[in-house]
Amino acid sequence: MADMLTQPEPKAAAEPSILYLEGVSVSFDGFKALNSLNLIIRRGEMRAIIGPNGAGKTTMMDVVTGKTRPDAGRVLFADDVNLTHLDETEIANLGIGRKFQKPTVFESLTVFENIYLAQKTKRSITETLFARIRGEQLTRIEATLETIRLSERRADLAGDLSHGQKQWLEIGMLLAQEPDLMLLDEPVAGMSDAETEQTVALLMEIAKDHSLVVVEHDMEFVRNLECTVSVLHEGSVLAEGPMDAVQSDPRVIEVYLGR
Amino acid sequence: MTTSHARGEVSPRRFSAFIGTALLSLALLAAAFLPANAQTTAADQDPFALAVQGLDARQFSDKAAAIDALGALGDERAILVLQAFADGRMYRRNADNLVVIGDRVGDIFNLTSPLTAESIGTAASGDIKKIVANNKLRGQIRGVLGQLALFSPNADNRLDAARNVIASPTEEALGLLKRARDRETVSKIRDTLESGIAVLELASDDRAVRLAAVATLADRSDPDIKSALDQRLLEINGEFIEPDPEVRAALVAAIEDINDRLALFGLAENLIFGLSLGSVLLLAAIGLAITFGVMGVINMAHGEMIMLGAYTTFIVQEIFRSSVSPEFFGMYVLVSIPAAFFVAAAFGVLIERGCIRFLYGRPLETLLATWGVSLILQQLVRTLFGANNREVANPDWISGAVAFGGGVSVTVNRIYIIIFCIMVVAALAAFIRYSRFGLQMRAVTQNRGMASAMGIRTGQIDALTFALGSGIAGVAGVALSQISNVSPNLGQNFIVDSFMVVVFGGVGSLWGTIVGAFSLGIVNKFLEPVSGAILGKVVVLVIIILFIQKRPRGLFALKGRAAED
Amino acid sequence: MGPISSRLLALESKRSWTAIVILAVIAIVVVPFLNLAVPEGSLFHLSTFWVATLGKYLAFAILALSLDLIWGYAGILSLGHGAFFGLGGYAMGMYMMRQIGERSVYGNPDLPDFMVFLNWDRLPWYWFGFDQFWFAALMVIAVPGALAFVFGWLAFRSRITGVYFSIISQAMVFAFMLAFFRNEMGFGGNNGLTDFKDILGFELSQDATKVGLYIATVVALLIVYFICRAVVTSKLGRLLIAVRDAESRVRFLGYSVTNAKLFVFTLSAMIAGLAGALYVPQVGIINPGEFAPAKSIEMAIWVAVGGRGTLFGAILGAFAVNGARTYFTAAAPEIWLFFLGALFILVTLVMPHGIVGVYKSLRSGELTAAIGRRLRRNNG
Repeated sequence: MADMLTQPEPKAAAEPSILYLEGVSVSFDGFKALNSLNLIIRRGEMRAIIGPNGAGKTTMMDVVTGKTRPDAGRVLFADDVNLTHLDETEIANLGIGRKFQKPTVFESLTVFENIYLAQKTKRSITETLFARIRGEQLTRIEATLETIRLSERRADLAGDLSHGQKQWLEIGMLLAQEPDLMLLDEPVAGMSDAETEQTVALLMEIAKDHSLVVVEHDMEFVRNLECTVSVLHEGSVLAEGPMDAVQSDPRVIEVYLGR
Repeated sequence: MTTSHARGEVSPRRFSAFIGTALLSLALLAAAFLPANAQTTAADQDPFALAVQGLDARQFSDKAAAIDALGALGDERAILVLQAFADGRMYRRNADNLVVIGDRVGDIFNLTSPLTAESIGTAASGDIKKIVANNKLRGQIRGVLGQLALFSPNADNRLDAARNVIASPTEEALGLLKRARDRETVSKIRDTLESGIAVLELASDDRAVRLAAVATLADRSDPDIKSALDQRLLEINGEFIEPDPEVRAALVAAIEDINDRLALFGLAENLIFGLSLGSVLLLAAIGLAITFGVMGVINMAHGEMIMLGAYTTFIVQEIFRSSVSPEFFGMYVLVSIPAAFFVAAAFGVLIERGCIRFLYGRPLETLLATWGVSLILQQLVRTLFGANNREVANPDWISGAVAFGGGVSVTVNRIYIIIFCIMVVAALAAFIRYSRFGLQMRAVTQNRGMASAMGIRTGQIDALTFALGSGIAGVAGVALSQISNVSPNLGQNFIVDSFMVVVFGGVGSLWGTIVGAFSLGIVNKFLEPVSGAILGKVVVLVIIILFIQKRPRGLFALKGRAAED
Repeated sequence: MGPISSRLLALESKRSWTAIVILAVIAIVVVPFLNLAVPEGSLFHLSTFWVATLGKYLAFAILALSLDLIWGYAGILSLGHGAFFGLGGYAMGMYMMRQIGERSVYGNPDLPDFMVFLNWDRLPWYWFGFDQFWFAALMVIAVPGALAFVFGWLAFRSRITGVYFSIISQAMVFAFMLAFFRNEMGFGGNNGLTDFKDILGFELSQDATKVGLYIATVVALLIVYFICRAVVTSKLGRLLIAVRDAESRVRFLGYSVTNAKLFVFTLSAMIAGLAGALYVPQVGIINPGEFAPAKSIEMAIWVAVGGRGTLFGAILGAFAVNGARTYFTAAAPEIWLFFLGALFILVTLVMPHGIVGVYKSLRSGELTAAIGRRLRRNNG
């Protein structure tokens, strides 16, 4: 589990992976956002991804969740489903949840309704049209609200929440979705120190029974997550390993501190 | 039928004299056909005079012969005579049985000599007798007159006459055509006459003549010549009209040649019409493309900016008409261009500062608010200028038509619009590319936040951009005033079309708008003959709607993350 | 009480139910009574003209509901709803055209006058069945629904949103207008369909028929209102609002945005078709003018004036704007477009939530507080 790969070796994937990227390339008008990226996330693993601006972190998430089609490469979910030909909805229904860099919640709906919509149910139009909340469903929504510490604000509009609370609400929506793999893009951006600490605790809790990929700028936060770190640079993985090892890697220092 | 008509005209007094007259007429007619016979007077020796006198015959068949005789002479004077005859102004003077042209003034008639076209005094209604024509004769006269136009002093008339002969060839015309060809000095008309002769010679008995005729016609490109050739290949009762297989082969080859050329001309014509429609669309749409592309603003009042430009042209024209000397009247269009630009640009700034500025980031609301602006502007113009069309005259240098080969002719204003459009677009492209304002505008288009952070006053740029877009719409109004009616609804006719151009071409791309406008214009013109104008337009709309499914961001879409939201 | 009626009851609060019942009684009982039972010349007599005018407003209110459903809730501004309204109207017009039979000017029992005039010798295939009311009634809903389904499927699948969708839908209705202007289409060309005689055997010229059509429109409005209410209060209604707020987020939750939009767009088109079918017998004509893009844009302002995102607001807006039109076109026709234009600008700039929004903020005191703040700021 903790084999410290400094160079990713996709062929060596003997253990079951939840996410498997091989040779993924994306370019926008000549700019290579992803350059033959290889990345393996094992089932149950928490992985942090860091990298300077424009390293391809968000594009990588876009490719996994179907927002962007890669020009080349394979993206496998749970070792057998190819994601490159599916759209966002289909990928979400496979069990991949995503939190955006900018917190995106439904501002004209209440906190409760946000979670209610996210909760894992049948997604068809008829099911949705005739859906009624059952008791057991209600309990789970309440539990999620409790987890993200928003129980008291359940009847308020999501648009009225603070920035940090919106981040949590979005994480709560992700939890309610009950995905197998969660992708979090900068979950603590704009949070106070106290909020960040609480978020670390929350993520550690979630990581117990989910596979997680966290993209973050905040080094302290990533260190606190105590997980494997992948460094992205110019669209491919530059280094991979525990935070301490990565931070002392001369190439990483070069990329972060400039030449 | 002819006899009953004639009988109705016969009075008892006339009846007593008719036998003598008939005999005289026959004699004169005989003289016309036998000019070599010894005649007594100088006038009688002139075949033209004889033929004219022959019109005063008892039998319509004799009159018809006289008409043909007049036609065959190829004498210009015959035009006047036959026209008078067809109009019912031909009389016989009872005193000397002379055929004269009479024009009734009150109770008396002014008489004109058909031979000299000079006045020869007057006559009371009892002194002369009308020489009647019937419809059949009038039809015949029309044909003969058509052929006689071959000798008209007016070159255009001669050309038309030559073309008419080709369109409906008659064997009798052959001699006439040859005589006309020998006299003709204008080479273009001569060519046409040659074609006409060749068309007639297709029916010659001499195989060599027929082959030569086919060879002559093979390099012409006139649909009428082609149908004349087609006729020769028909079969009647299992036998070809053209008996000789070699001539038939030559015919087939010649028809193929002509078909190829006709197709090419048709293509060229559609292309020119398409380009001019495309230019109109481009002028109407390019301002919209700027405001939509840079500011993400849908300006539903864009059409009204065009309308304001057209009305500015109207006002400038009226000023020129009333207070500038007529020789400079044609210049009003040139003065209108900057005037329309500034009027529309001023309104644009007013709309942007007064309304749109409060609605950035809410495109649907902007759409509705600018629609409100457009309603107000329409009603304003209607109140000030009336609901009817205002007439904007084409100056001389923009009127008329240019004829190309193969029957393709394009009005001059359409060609000017193409040139004008190219100039406007080139000026605009240069302005956006090289001016400081253009640079700032492009910066705002690509990244509003970053541009703002770098010290560009985005609000000011927005206002100026809107002024620029509106001003160009005003200039488009000047162009449109030259080809369509100026009315308060003028802008409404273009709003859907110009949106289609922008969406089809791709928002934010000048190239896209250009390509979009010209391809829509040309496709429209090529569809029109197939499906009719309105259905063609419907088809184009459906094609665009379907196209946008495939490329939601248009032909020349911006790519990358910046373009996604 | 069965589950359906209990759910129906749950759609509205007690106070709203009281208001709805009172309004419905006024519309269904009082208005016809004032027209039919109160003698002419009495102060309380309501002329048949006004009954027909109210009926027309009611049809517009149904149309406004259909637009509000997609614009107010799902954020899709259709500028082509006139197409669905017009098609519904044409379907009903075709039925009434067939009912004329031998009473037409040319007296041809099988062909409408305009076809005789065009020298057509038989009915085009798409006119078959329209002599039956049930068939026409089905088409009133099915044709706009099918069009909306195809158009929506193409547009939503390609993620055409916002102003792009608005422009494309405008192009669609424009294409319909051009096409229906053509005589060869077989819908009466420029003149459209008119000179109707009767509907379901009732003579259209009778006052009682007019009142009957009016009542039918009231009932239709009530039914449509409750259908819309059921949709917007359901989980799907929440989903539509979510789509309006953050469309791509909904996709990452695993919902098909395309299907959700397609459902509500098709439903909306069917309702618009119904509105058209109720409108045509009350005004006695349907022509391609109903497809004019300007008419479709105007519908948006009804909804905006009343307050989009609230069903009651859409109904209110349809009555307010069309009432103003009736007033202005009689009193000062040249003012009307100025008024309408100003309405477009003011509503979007000053009262984005319409009359209902103003009322709500007045009740909650927000508006008075805001005005107070502004006054203080201006003075200080």
